[in-house]
Amino acid sequence: MTDAAPVIARGLVKRYGDIVAVAGVDLTVEPGDVFGYLGPNGAGKTTSLRMMLGLIRPTAGSAKLFGRDPIVDGVKALEGVAGFVEGPAFYPYLSGRRNLQLLADYDEPNSSSLIEEVLETVELRDRAKDRVGGYSHGMRQRLGIAAALLRQPRLLLLDEPATGLDPAGMRDMRDLIRRLAGEGLTIMLSSHLLYEVEELCNRVAIIRKGSIVYEGQLGDLLATATTSYRLKTRDPERARTICLNQSGVENVTIEGDELRFSADEDAVAALSVALGQARVAITQLVAEVASLEELFLGMTGGESSDHDRQAVAS
Amino acid sequence: MIGVARVYRWELAKLLAQKRTYLGLGTAMIVPVIFVVVLQFQSGGPTDVPLGRYIRDSGVVTPLIVLLFMSIWGFPLIAALVAGDIVASESHNGTLKTILTRSRERGQVFAGKALAAFTYTLSAVVAMGVVGVIAGSIAFGFHSFTSLSGTPVSAVRGLALMLASLAVYVVPLAGIAAFGLLVSTVTRNSAASVVSTLMFALFMQLIGVLPGTESIRPYLLGTQFDAWHGFLRTPTDWTPVVRAMWVSAIYIFVPLFGAYLVFVRRDVAGD
Repeated sequence: MTDAAPVIARGLVKRYGDIVAVAGVDLTVEPGDVFGYLGPNGAGKTTSLRMMLGLIRPTAGSAKLFGRDPIVDGVKALEGVAGFVEGPAFYPYLSGRRNLQLLADYDEPNSSSLIEEVLETVELRDRAKDRVGGYSHGMRQRLGIAAALLRQPRLLLLDEPATGLDPAGMRDMRDLIRRLAGEGLTIMLSSHLLYEVEELCNRVAIIRKGSIVYEGQLGDLLATATTSYRLKTRDPERARTICLNQSGVENVTIEGDELRFSADEDAVAALSVALGQARVAITQLVAEVASLEELFLGMTGGESSDHDRQAVAS
Repeated sequence: MIGVARVYRWELAKLLAQKRTYLGLGTAMIVPVIFVVVLQFQSGGPTDVPLGRYIRDSGVVTPLIVLLFMSIWGFPLIAALVAGDIVASESHNGTLKTILTRSRERGQVFAGKALAAFTYTLSAVVAMGVVGVIAGSIAFGFHSFTSLSGTPVSAVRGLALMLASLAVYVVPLAGIAAFGLLVSTVTRNSAASVVSTLMFALFMQLIGVLPGTESIRPYLLGTQFDAWHGFLRTPTDWTPVVRAMWVSAIYIFVPLFGAYLVFVRRDVAGD
């Protein structure tokens, strides 16, 4: 069974009465992937992850972890799997270390011998004796990672691991995830923070209103974007006329003395020659690759809550 | 079984780290002390209840009188305090998803929780008994007393009867705890579960005193709260004791099984 892919979701559906939280998710996470699961809030990311972890029953379809279905095989399906959904939750009246001791006792085999090591990994050793009730949000997120690492997982499922962290906390979280991925762990992380995904992930799935609208290599996704260019010249008006008459140069707009257009490489080459022949002096010609954010907003219809916009903007 | 034992051990550790546990156990222990102290300063006594006249005869009688007063709603409240909270609080705090994504089956987690709730319930009753005998014996001495049938009972035999009474009382009380576990599992709301469990206990008492309920009265949970009175007669009246055992068993296992089914199948989503 171990040669099965870490995550295979097929036709995953979750309905609550009339509300469709997940409308049919198909995705595959391959060994060694750092897989980004992207979508606006409420798109169904957390609900899908809950189904993968066996916390809720799918209305239809299945999610298999290394070939095992948590609904059929129970917690055996979670062997080699760890993670958290909607932020890790702990007993506030117990210390960090005591929480980990509890969870280690809930593991098979018992993982208590790893407690000090994972506390060290997430840099919480100094605060491990304090009650979790007094922990900051960032410390709880890190304790969540520590709790997951106790299981010595081959697959880590993380729901919005950096959400709510301050900039330094986010950077630490990204460094930690990168380090873990470097050690060979397969990681699936949901996020609405695009730069986080851009920085960490090799493959992505984008979910919109409960359905997957893209799944594949992050590089392939970025390559689908037509490249846009910024052009500055001594004579913007004439340059604009030339651009408009040049075949392959499209979407020409002018903002002040700066022109914007989209084109492929050949069209740009021809354009620069045409500008030279017309004696329009070029001061800047810059290619701008569409960001994941633009692609994401395009695919998800730009819809997101205010909270999302803030997060994307920040 | 090792899985259940591990969960059970941690459920006890969690209870020991929470204030509500001490609120319940503390109440169970302070009531007999207050009772004895008040009697020390007042000349009267609870003469209108069984054994009330003999309260000053022996410290062994103290927990029995206290049990008479606490059996109706005191102990049901103490039991509800933890049983109603033990699943609901974990749903509310999100820790249920934390422990259900480890290696313990849901059934094991539920069994550990149910055992811990029953252990706490038993501990509260035992704590009241122990404190009651000690406080009562300090105040009134450790002497023989008179049973409800008018025959003398030695102090040691009285102590054994007292323990047997507590043991017989705790069985229907476990029915209240089981009901608490059910509402705790279904409603996922701690406060609502504690209140509705107490309401259930009072309701069971209430329908027992309504006219026209005579025929079902022996099968009400509230009736079983008085079964231990059988130990205060000589010879012991076993009929209510035996009935309390099987009637209470139904009141324990039906809600417990219902709660188990809900717990193993339910969606663990954000509340």
